[in-house]
Amino acid sequence: MLRFIMRRILVTIPMVLIVVTLTWGLIRLAPGNFYSGEKKLPPAVEKNLREKYGLNQPWYVQYYRLMRNVVQLDFGTSLKYEGQSVNSILVRTVPVSAILGLLAYLLALTVGLIAGVLAALKQNSKIDYASMALAMLGISLPSFVLGPLLVLIFSLTLYWLPPARWNGFPSWNLLLPVLTLSAIYMAYIARLTRSGMLEVLRSDYIRTARAKGLKELDVILRHALRGGLLPVVSFTGPALALLVTGTVVVERIFALPGLGNYFINANLNRDEPLIIGIVAFTSIVILLFNLLVDIAYAYIDPRIRY
Amino acid sequence: MRNRRTLPPESEEPALTPLGTTPTPPVRTRTGDIIHTAPEFAIGEADVRSAELHQTTLKGTSLWRDAWRRLLKNRLAVFGLIVVCLILVASLAGPYVISHTTGYSYDFIPKDSKLVKSFAPFIAPDGSFSWTHPMGTDNAGRDILARVLIGGRISLMVGIISTFVSLLIGISYGATSGYLGGRADNLMMRIVDVLYSLPYMMIIIVLLAMFGGRSPLGQLVLLFIALGAVSWLTMARIVRGQVMSLKNQEFVLAARATGVSTSRIIFRHLVPNTLGPVIVYATLTIPSVMLQEAFLSFLGLGVQAPLASWGSLAADGIQNIAIFPWQLIFPGVTMALTLFSLNFLGDGLRDALDPQMRKV
Repeated sequence: MLRFIMRRILVTIPMVLIVVTLTWGLIRLAPGNFYSGEKKLPPAVEKNLREKYGLNQPWYVQYYRLMRNVVQLDFGTSLKYEGQSVNSILVRTVPVSAILGLLAYLLALTVGLIAGVLAALKQNSKIDYASMALAMLGISLPSFVLGPLLVLIFSLTLYWLPPARWNGFPSWNLLLPVLTLSAIYMAYIARLTRSGMLEVLRSDYIRTARAKGLKELDVILRHALRGGLLPVVSFTGPALALLVTGTVVVERIFALPGLGNYFINANLNRDEPLIIGIVAFTSIVILLFNLLVDIAYAYIDPRIRY
Repeated sequence: MRNRRTLPPESEEPALTPLGTTPTPPVRTRTGDIIHTAPEFAIGEADVRSAELHQTTLKGTSLWRDAWRRLLKNRLAVFGLIVVCLILVASLAGPYVISHTTGYSYDFIPKDSKLVKSFAPFIAPDGSFSWTHPMGTDNAGRDILARVLIGGRISLMVGIISTFVSLLIGISYGATSGYLGGRADNLMMRIVDVLYSLPYMMIIIVLLAMFGGRSPLGQLVLLFIALGAVSWLTMARIVRGQVMSLKNQEFVLAARATGVSTSRIIFRHLVPNTLGPVIVYATLTIPSVMLQEAFLSFLGLGVQAPLASWGSLAADGIQNIAIFPWQLIFPGVTMALTLFSLNFLGDGLRDALDPQMRKV
């Protein structure tokens, strides 16, 4: 197990470098430059700029420097937010996105699991049909439609909740963004839990558990749920990829100063160090989370051995 | 290893079996082997069968007829099918109809319109009831219905073409990997695993931000390629799983024995037999690609004005949500309805085409 973990952590490093290379290549291959705006710069200014950012060096020297810095987790200073290092921007923005994502995933997990288990226990009942129809709606309703609709109802019509902006961690401002972000996970988790539970509930060991006279609640919580949870755990990997896009849109809708919002701005400004910093950071997080998921999987399902 | 478990799972189950069809009598091939296969496997066997046996081959459509019957019994799937057809027809024909009745097109800006004024649904400029703009107008005075329909055309086109791209890549990759097996399979699937765990949406955003915005058509092509290039991964896994369960069947052995080349075995014998799950997954890929396109357009990286997609219309509408909510609601609800229907249709198709894959 320990060897497996070490190997996976080691594999992470080249993968992050591949992603960074890809991103850097895309930025560099694109026509134009970060300083090429509407008006042409005087040649002297352009020369100074190129010297300052090392653009006058051959590409392999620049690439080598980039790789060296990425390995040392030093992403340089932002081109747009002058004087701010990429790392300081990350330190400021990551908590916003992390809180948003974490709360959304917890909410989705709670509601999704309950709905999924209930739907499976009462298969083909009204609860089942209602929760599955709602889940389908959650999958089909894009967050940029759901979010504004929630704002329209709860902020602009009922005046219950603030419509946007960041206001620290425990605050009502978070409720609508978290709801918007969690809808799609809630839907997926409910569907996965339902199908996982349905499969498990018909298996022999559940019949044995019932036959030996366990209370129904014990059968479900201690025996069935453990098996039924497996698809949900393996969904966490793809969920992270979804979360990245999800937070970008939700942060955009609710004007939250998170990683996603800065990422889009960095792209529009062609802020190369910031783009690369955010991409590298996200890749590291995703890869490490995938590793955690694998460990959790082995813990829940004893049949899996690494 | 790990990614064997990620979603959707590759099907470990045997390929499609037509439940409810009467089993066909065993077929004797030229090599003398007896093949006990259901009629739909016959597609790949055509090469080694003699002419009279083609009679049995033709009856092979019964799987599809059977699936069709099961699909029609599923009310939600039928609802989805009808809505999808209606929206397809509306977005194809609608813009012409509108321009011939009210004279509006998706990019027509009336000369007398004052720039920040948007008319509510069914309201004429003088405030009276009118049929001219059933969904109202946007800030520039353009008819929202016409824009929603043209947006539907773009969104559906992106969904279908990108899915097609992902089909092409995914089927060839998955079938090759599954058929070759061994070290090649291991390497090819490891590559898929690696690609799976990359934050590909971020790379797409970088790609579109850096190369996009030059011409509307170029932007669309970029979208097709970018979205198609990332959605083939799951398709490749599904096809690989199917091919692995099929490749040891006698009809492949027979084909190999009669000297059919590897690529011909893969594409003429194996691939046609994986069509069921592929169609199901493709139906479910279309809404997910459309959703991704809408995300990108919403962020201003996808389809550019004056062209519209549902995502870009929603992005425009969100600016004025407090005063002109219809600018967001109509494109948003149309899109949600379409995705809803496509998802139901996909689920229904899965249940109909592969009763074994159905999760109870």
